Amino acid sequence: MARHVIAPVDELPPGTRKFLEIDGRPIAVFNIKGEYFGLMNRCPHQGAALCEGPLIGLAQSRDPGEIEYTKLGEIIRCPWHGWEFDIRTGQSYCDPRRFRVKAYPANVEPGSSVVKGPYVAETVTVRVESDYVVVEL
Amino acid sequence: MNIQFRESSEAASPLTAKTAIADCDIHPARATRTELYPYLAKRWQHHLEVYGVHAYQGMMEGPPYPKAQPNASRRDAYPPEGGPQGSSLSFMQKQLLDPNNVQLGVLNPLNTGQGIRNHELSAALCSAINDWQIDKWTSRDKRLKASIVVGNEDGLSAAAEIRERAGDKNFVQVLLLSRNVEPLGQRRYWPIYQAAEEAGLPIGVHAFGFGGNPITPSGWPSYYIEEMVGHSQCQQSALASLVLEGVFERFPKLKMVMIEAGFGWAPSLAWRLDKVWQRLRSEVPHVKRPPSEYIREQVWWTTQPMEDPERREDLFDVINWIGWDRLLFATDYPHWDYDEPSRVLPAGVSEANREAFYLGNARALYGIG
Ligand code: FES
Repeated sequence: MARHVIAPVDELPPGTRKFLEIDGRPIAVFNIKGEYFGLMNRCPHQGAALCEGPLIGLAQSRDPGEIEYTKLGEIIRCPWHGWEFDIRTGQSYCDPRRFRVKAYPANVEPGSSVVKGPYVAETVTVRVESDYVVVEL
Repeated sequence: MNIQFRESSEAASPLTAKTAIADCDIHPARATRTELYPYLAKRWQHHLEVYGVHAYQGMMEGPPYPKAQPNASRRDAYPPEGGPQGSSLSFMQKQLLDPNNVQLGVLNPLNTGQGIRNHELSAALCSAINDWQIDKWTSRDKRLKASIVVGNEDGLSAAAEIRERAGDKNFVQVLLLSRNVEPLGQRRYWPIYQAAEEAGLPIGVHAFGFGGNPITPSGWPSYYIEEMVGHSQCQQSALASLVLEGVFERFPKLKMVMIEAGFGWAPSLAWRLDKVWQRLRSEVPHVKRPPSEYIREQVWWTTQPMEDPERREDLFDVINWIGWDRLLFATDYPHWDYDEPSRVLPAGVSEANREAFYLGNARALYGIG
């Protein structure tokens, strides 16, 4: 696993993202409130440049009329078909074919009605080393 | 539109595809509000500035439901030079036509002059859009062909526009929308069908439109997702009307393309129509054959959005009923529910059917070499 310096910390302030290609693979690195996240910039659904989507939160509902909005700025919404992925884990939410996947019982998240989908976007480890943002790949 | 995209990633553009395809639903957009002015008489430019546009629908400032993504479009489709998605030919070439090996792209402009209460203005705007399609698109890229946009609520002026464009190789079909003031089989629209049949041009019926009626048969729904599925209900009503009013009987050479409303519902609609027709035939004696026959002979279907059943074989059952020679591949670029050509057709399709699906059917229908 090689380490790639991608930017001095000052060049990736909170709220920004950077796109780059490492060994022919498209990567995006995000700074969200001082935390860094990396994702492979390719949507596992139909292959869109996933990271060009907006960062949103996760809307969930126990009952009609009750809405909980959490993980603000931690969910990326694909620029094509709007599938949602948790940028911490790459986990997709609400895949239409989720019922095929037996490994995801409905109580994965107690009280949650948003079911995690089987698609997972590839995540990339990002760290800060002596004031540089570094990606491990 | 003030959402501009930050630094973007070139990296994910697909590699050039080998399979040649047709894309039968591309939406070109205007870069600026006044981009049509050079094609509009001064009288109408002035009219637009002073009075604006009065649509049949109540909400004047835009479509009845927000569209999930800005301009209902892919967020990675903003042209680098600015302007809304779909407004730049060079970017469309780079993002859609070249990498996907598109040999034929059919343009279906939306938000044109259709569904406007002032019929003279409607006709003027539609005609301007047609000139603009030639100037900005088809004359600059031979892969692109335009749809003749017509002022649909005034059948006579719509027919005049079709006759004026007939024989012009820039155009390959006439464009109507599914939501109109009345169901599409009604007599007011017949001059359009007559002119199209004479010109040998198919009629494309694209989902959407501003007819002033609720967007579902049971009223105005709460959510955009209901509008999305409502398109197929609307298209079903339009198709039933076309059959039962006798449009297909009266215009036997007319070809209709159902655009962007799915096709999984086609067999069940046809079966239901056949069944009630056997019992109620005497109400509509002008419908001389079982409705399904007209549908199978005179209707084509674009693929986007394709139904996505859990068992892919279910999809094949539907297509086998419709006919592999009736589907026209479409991406719906640049809209957000875009279909990626390399990812839509599951494995297990014969080479001949695959070729027909991606290119052959479109070439045959639109008469492109
Ligand atoms: S390509 Fe990302 S949701 Fe379809």
